[in-house]
Amino acid sequence: MAQGSDVLIIGAGIIGSAIAYFAAKQGLGVTVLDSAGPASGTSSRCEGNILLSDKELGPELELSQYSLGVWKNDLAEFAQLWEFEAKGGLVVASKESSRASLDRLTTAQRSNGVTAEILDRSQLVDAEPHISPEALSAAYYPQDSQVQPMLAASWLLRLACDAGARFVPNARVTALHQEHGRITGVRSTAGFFAAGSVVNATGTWASNIAGMAEVAVPVNPRKGFVMVTEPLPPKIFHKVYAAEYVDNVGSSDAGLQSSPVVEGTPAGSILIGSSRERVGFDGSVNLEALKAMANNAINLFPFLRDVKILRHYHGFRPYCPDHLPVIGHDERAPGLWHAAGHEGAGIGLSVGTGKLLAQALAGMDTDMDLSPFAPHRFSNQPLVSKES
Amino acid sequence: MSQKIHVAVIGAGPAGLAAAANALAHGAQVTCIDANDQPGGQYWRHRLEQPGRQPGVQPDSTGHHDWKTYLSLRAAFDAGIAAGTLAYLPNTQVWMAQQREDERITLQLTSATAAGTQAPASTLTADRLVVATGAYDRQIPIPGWDLPGVMTAGAVQALIKGQGVLAGQRIVLAGTGPFLLPVASNVAHAGGSVLAICESADLSGWLKNLKAPLAVPAKGIEGAEYIWDLLRHRIPYKRSTVITAIHGAEKVEAVSIARTDKTGAVIAGSEERIENVDCVGLGFGFTTQLELLTAFGVATHMDVDGSLVADVDEFQLTSGANVLAAGEVTGIGGAALAVAEGTVAGYRAALGSGQAPQQSEVAKELKTISRHRAFARAMHQAHQVPDYWSGNLEEDTVVCRCEEVTAGEIIQARDELKAVDARSIKSTTRAGMGWCQGRVCGYAASCLATCGDKHEAFAQSVANTYKRPVSIPVPLGEIADLEDSPKE
Amino acid sequence: MKPVVKSVENPITISVDDAQLTVEAGTTVAGALIAHGITAWRSTRKNERPRGLFCGIGACFDCLVSIDGQPNQRACMVRVCEGQQVDTETAKERP
Repeated sequence: MAQGSDVLIIGAGIIGSAIAYFAAKQGLGVTVLDSAGPASGTSSRCEGNILLSDKELGPELELSQYSLGVWKNDLAEFAQLWEFEAKGGLVVASKESSRASLDRLTTAQRSNGVTAEILDRSQLVDAEPHISPEALSAAYYPQDSQVQPMLAASWLLRLACDAGARFVPNARVTALHQEHGRITGVRSTAGFFAAGSVVNATGTWASNIAGMAEVAVPVNPRKGFVMVTEPLPPKIFHKVYAAEYVDNVGSSDAGLQSSPVVEGTPAGSILIGSSRERVGFDGSVNLEALKAMANNAINLFPFLRDVKILRHYHGFRPYCPDHLPVIGHDERAPGLWHAAGHEGAGIGLSVGTGKLLAQALAGMDTDMDLSPFAPHRFSNQPLVSKES
Repeated sequence: MSQKIHVAVIGAGPAGLAAAANALAHGAQVTCIDANDQPGGQYWRHRLEQPGRQPGVQPDSTGHHDWKTYLSLRAAFDAGIAAGTLAYLPNTQVWMAQQREDERITLQLTSATAAGTQAPASTLTADRLVVATGAYDRQIPIPGWDLPGVMTAGAVQALIKGQGVLAGQRIVLAGTGPFLLPVASNVAHAGGSVLAICESADLSGWLKNLKAPLAVPAKGIEGAEYIWDLLRHRIPYKRSTVITAIHGAEKVEAVSIARTDKTGAVIAGSEERIENVDCVGLGFGFTTQLELLTAFGVATHMDVDGSLVADVDEFQLTSGANVLAAGEVTGIGGAALAVAEGTVAGYRAALGSGQAPQQSEVAKELKTISRHRAFARAMHQAHQVPDYWSGNLEEDTVVCRCEEVTAGEIIQARDELKAVDARSIKSTTRAGMGWCQGRVCGYAASCLATCGDKHEAFAQSVANTYKRPVSIPVPLGEIADLEDSPKE
Repeated sequence: MKPVVKSVENPITISVDDAQLTVEAGTTVAGALIAHGITAWRSTRKNERPRGLFCGIGACFDCLVSIDGQPNQRACMVRVCEGQQVDTETAKERP
C-alpha cells in the first residue's frame, strides 16, 4: 500500500480537524482531505456553542460533559487561539408555567452533574440589566461556553499538522476504494489515497460518502439562520434564550420553528438566533424566519428594536432521525468510520468526539461508551461489494 | 387596456434616470428608489435644490459635464412624477431583493437616514427590476490611509459638487484612472491646491489601443479640458508614481511618493516626501455596487479592471428573469455609457411579456454602448490596479477599516490557517465583517488571500465578498414588523 | 483645530457636542464639519483611532456619528438643519 496513512479523514470541518488532532497526537499517520478549505461547511456558519443547558438527559448530555472537559483541560493551553469563553447560559421563563418546568428541568440536570441554579427576577436583572420587564426568572448555567468556531476548526487542523498530519485542500472524494470487502482508501479529485481506516467526517453531507460504500447513514440538513447586529458596547452578557428553545432542539417538526437565542460577542456584535427548517439544501432567504427571530429577540431584549442588523447567515446542521450523532466504526463497511450528525451541537461535541474516535482508531479502550452512537443502528444492510 | 408593466429602478444616477425616463416613454408604471435625497447619482451630484428654483441653474451645474443630458432626463423624470406614472422614493435603500415564485420582484425598503422622509419600512413588488446602483472608488490599503483627512477621490469630488466644500487646502490625489483629472480640476476651480496627482500607470497602455479612444471624441475633448486646467493651475501630473505612505499623528500631515519601473516595482531612491498635506484623495478605479444583483444569483464575470460585473444580453437583461442591469454594475465605463445602457434597459423593462425586443428601437444606444465599451476596455488596460501595495504594507497597516484588521493578521491567517480566500479570511480575522460588509477591503483581502493570483482563485474570492444578504443595515424592528404577505 | 473661516450664504446653527457652529444650509453634517476644519468625529472600537469622512457617498460607514439622538448615522448622508444636535464619539457611548 503505497504512501498510505493510518487514518484518512474526509472533511476538514471542526469534527474532522478534532479527530485529526487527537489521532496525530496518538502517533497515527493522518491525512485530511477537504473538497474546499478548512471549515468551509457548517463549521463556519454557526455560533460556536458549547452547551450543557439544552441537552436532554442521556448519551448526548454525557458526550457534552466529556467534550467540555476536553475543551477545558486537554486543550486549555490553546483556549485563546479560539476565544474560548465560559460566558454562561441563561434560560429565561416569561410565564408561570415555564417557570415551573425550568424548576423541574434544572433539578433533573443537577442530579446528572450539570451546574444549574434558578435566578429570581432581581438576580436575573443583575445578570442581564436589559432583559424584558416580562421575564420572571431564569435558569443559570455557568458551564455553558463558546468558541469562535472557524478559528477553533482552523487551529485544530493547524495543530494536527504540527503534530504530523497532512492536509490536502480542494480534494473532493469521488469513490471509496475497496479491497477484499474492506475500505482501504479513497479516490479524489486530487488523486488516490490509501489508508488503514477512512473516517467520514463530512457533516451534513455524510450520507453521500456513506452511500459510496452502500451503507445508510441518514444525516439530513436542518437549516438555521443567525442574524448579526451592528457592533455595540457590551449590553448582553450571557447566552440568553427562552425556555421554549429547549423544546425545539429535539423537535422533528418539518415546518419553520423559531425560538430566541441572543448573545453578545467579544467583537461587540450581538448574535440573534434561532430558526429551524427542514427544507433540504435550499439556500434561499426565508423572510418569515427572519421576522419570527426578530420578534422573539425583541420580546427578550426590547432595546434590540432600534439596533441594526448588518448581515445574516445560515447553515445546514446535520441531524439524524434520533437526534444523536453517528460516531464509530461501521460494521457494515469494514474500514469505514463515521463521525457526523452532531446537529446544532457540533462545535461543542467536536473535541470529545475527536478524542474518543482517536482512541478507537488506535485500538484503545475509549473513555466513554460509543455504542449509543453506533452507525449500524440505522439498518443491518450489509456492504455490497462494488469493485474488487 | 392591459395593465401597465410596473418597473422598479434602483438608483437615480445616469443609468437609473435614463432607465426610468425610457420606461416611462414606453408606457410603464415606474418606481425609482434612490439613496440620495435628490436625483443625479454621483456623476450629477449637485447642490441641494431650493424650492421654487429650477434645478440646473448655478451653482447646481458647477463642474458638470453633460449637464444638458441631466436636465433633459430630469425633465422626463419630473413629468412622470407630475403625471403619476413615476413614484420617486428618495432617501430610500433596498436592504433585500428577492424573486417570487411567479418571477415578480420583491424589494424590502428602508430609510437611508434616520431623518428620512419616507415611511421607515415598506415592501415593493414589481414586474421588472432595473439595478443601476453604480460604483464607488476602489481602495488598496496604504500605511496611514486610515488617518483623518485621507479619503476617496470620490469623496473630495462629492463635497465640492454637492456642497461647495473643499476637503482641504493642500491636496494630494493618488491612484489610477482618468477620474483623478476632473477631481483635480474641481479642486483647483474651488480654490484648493493640488500638490500632485500620482498616477500609478505609465499611460503607454493607451498607445497600444488607440482606436478605441479615437472612436469616442467627446472623451478626448473632456480630457483636453482637464489637461488645460492642470497646466493653468500648475498641477504636477506624475506618471508611474505611487503613494507609499501617509504620515501624521491624529490626521494627515505629509505623504511619501515614489516612482515605479516597468514591472510596477518601486524604484529604490526615487522616494519623495510632500509636506504640509491636509487631504489625500485616493482612487484606484471603481468597485461595482453589485450585491442586489448577486442576491438573485445572476451570472457575473470579472471585468478587465478586476471588478465583478453582471452579465447582460444586448438589452441589458441579466440571467435572472425580469432582472436588468445598467450602468457601472455591468462594467465601469462612465456616464455616457450608463445613459445609453439605462435607455436600453428602460425600453426592455417596459416590454410586455409576449413582446420581443427590437434592435431598431434602440439602435443609436446600441452603437454608443459598443463604442464606449471598447473605450472602457482600453481605459482599464491602460490603468490596471497597481501591484506594489502588497509589498509596501507594514504589519500594522489596517486593511479592514471597520474591524481594524491589520495586514499582519490577514497574512498570518493565510499562511498558518490556510485561509486562502476572502471568505475564510473574514471568518478567521473579521476582515469584511463590519459596517461596510467588505465593500472597502474586499478587493485587497482577496489579493492578499490569494497571493496576488489574477485568475480563478482571485475571481472566486472577490465574488464571495459581494454576497451581502442584508445589503444595507436595517433596524431589527423593521424586520419584526414586515408584513406577512407583500402588498402589490 | 483651526477653523477655516468661509463666508456662509445661508447660515444655520447646529450643535456639535457642546459647541454651536454656524454652517451652510444644504450641506451634509460631514460637509459642515469639514468646512469648519473638523476632520474626525469618531473613535474606533479597538484602537480608539480618530475617524471622519472616507467614501463620502454612503458606502463605507466610516463617518458614523450620533445625530439628534440617533446613533450611528452616516454624516455624509444627513443634511444639516437648524438646531440639529451632533454628538461625536457615539461608538463608545451608545446606551
